[in-house]
Amino acid sequence: MSIETPTVASGAVHRSLKRTGPHWPSLIFQGLLAFSLLFTLLALLFLLVDVLNRGLPVFTARGMDFLTSPLSSDPTKAGVSQALWGTFWIGVITAVVAFPLGVATAIYLEEYAAGSRLTRIVDVNIRNLAGVPSIVYGLLGLAVFVGVFKALDIGNGRNVIAGGMTVAVLVLPIVIITAAEALRAVPIAIREAGYGVGASRWQVTRQLVLPAAFPGILTGIVLSLSRALGEAAPLILAGAVLGSYSSGGADLVGQLVGPYTALPIVVYRWTTLPQEEFRQLAAAGMIVLLVITFIANGLAIYLRNKYSRSW
Amino acid sequence: MADLPPTTDEPIIRLEDVSLFYGSFRAVRNVSYPFRTNAITALIGPSGCGKSTLLRSINRMNDLVPGAHAEGRLLYHGEDLYGAGVDAVEVRRRIGMVFQKPNPFPKSIFDNVAFGPRVNGVKGDMADIVEASLRRASLWDDVKDKLKQSGMALSGGQQQRLCIARAIATEPEIILMDEPCSALDPRSTLLIEELMLELKQRYTIIIVTHNMQQAARASDETVFLTMGDDRAGYMVEAGVTSELFTNPKSQLTEDYVSGRFG
Repeated sequence: MSIETPTVASGAVHRSLKRTGPHWPSLIFQGLLAFSLLFTLLALLFLLVDVLNRGLPVFTARGMDFLTSPLSSDPTKAGVSQALWGTFWIGVITAVVAFPLGVATAIYLEEYAAGSRLTRIVDVNIRNLAGVPSIVYGLLGLAVFVGVFKALDIGNGRNVIAGGMTVAVLVLPIVIITAAEALRAVPIAIREAGYGVGASRWQVTRQLVLPAAFPGILTGIVLSLSRALGEAAPLILAGAVLGSYSSGGADLVGQLVGPYTALPIVVYRWTTLPQEEFRQLAAAGMIVLLVITFIANGLAIYLRNKYSRSW
Repeated sequence: MADLPPTTDEPIIRLEDVSLFYGSFRAVRNVSYPFRTNAITALIGPSGCGKSTLLRSINRMNDLVPGAHAEGRLLYHGEDLYGAGVDAVEVRRRIGMVFQKPNPFPKSIFDNVAFGPRVNGVKGDMADIVEASLRRASLWDDVKDKLKQSGMALSGGQQQRLCIARAIATEPEIILMDEPCSALDPRSTLLIEELMLELKQRYTIIIVTHNMQQAARASDETVFLTMGDDRAGYMVEAGVTSELFTNPKSQLTEDYVSGRFG
């Protein structure tokens, strides 16, 4: 009994397996993707080099003096100490107002009211709010927060609390969306297991879902914070001082209800001044802002890796 | 009714004309059955016949699905589980559950087992409760030296036994099992089945299974469900497992248990 082996002309298999030539569409597509990446990287790199190039000489010439000096019309003396305090307080107020409110809202939407018609409508609207231009939030801050402080006769109402609240409302949708997504990513099996042993909704949320969603929520919070610290437009409307001013940084009350400014505002202000020296100061201010943002983002990555779980 | 002491003949769960709905869709139609105390009852039937839905209605797990509701009466010691003022959280404490895919919490082995007693405010030595529960789930010897390690690090079969230990720790009367072996290898499956036979001394077990041999091997009674033309599951036949498998009354049952459909 013999099984007939199909005879193939010598080398035919080899030839049929061999590549016939370059596959142009994939090559072109790959090239386009690589070009996009290169373009993005180059743009960022150019920005960074430009800023460092102009700003670093300020630090080499004046050192820490730039960080500790107040605003001044003399470019050799002007510094960002008031702006640093303003940015610090805006960060603190955002953290105190936006994060608890945002995370609590997300928990309610995802864990308590999930799937209802109202939840879906609210969800869509929050997503839209996240896309509203920040200047619009500035108008809100001017009308509501500055208005309230003015009505209460606290200074002229243009204080860092009003500014911080404005920015807090601005980042609230981002906090809610990222926290809701982190909660949604927690497997339903974890919740069922909790309910299955007689845990209440609060116990399941507090002890199982929140710890599991924590890294994701944290990432969203820190990214929102970076965004909050970099905003200029809404603060201009919400009463941040554009020119230079004395005072500020004196005592806690003075800082909170007196005139204020913030890093992005000062950077913006300096770039509009005619003297070249102020452009350099603006670049130095950007470096400070970038360093703060990098630290915040680095912290986010560190904490996320530290607490992240897998299942 | 509620004041009568439960006797051994009293079914621990009695379904009376139970229909289950997801919104307007009826998933289970008019099921009536008394589940015997300290027995293993298997729910079998083809995919989509509503056996998991029926199982999950017994500890009100379906409450978590928006739009799910029940009609008819599900009696636990004569008390309607869906009656006014009945707290689903209390129900689930007495009627525990083991799921299809092992789902330990991302916590240590110890904390996995202690979670139920803790959330239920149980006082007493947690270490004792954890050890007793793990022993009853035949897992103690495997994990006694690594109670601090994550429950997720165990093998699939061990994870499922951890889930059983977790269910036992709250001292339920009934354990519902939703295809507990479908994600396990044959050896782990056999271990779980042996464990079930031990557990029924203390607990009443109701298990959904796709595995006909498993129902035949491990259960005392079997409920066979199938899907009607309206896609609603209904009970075809139920009773003592050996009877139902060897001498089914319905042609549908015979076809199903002999593997001709489903």
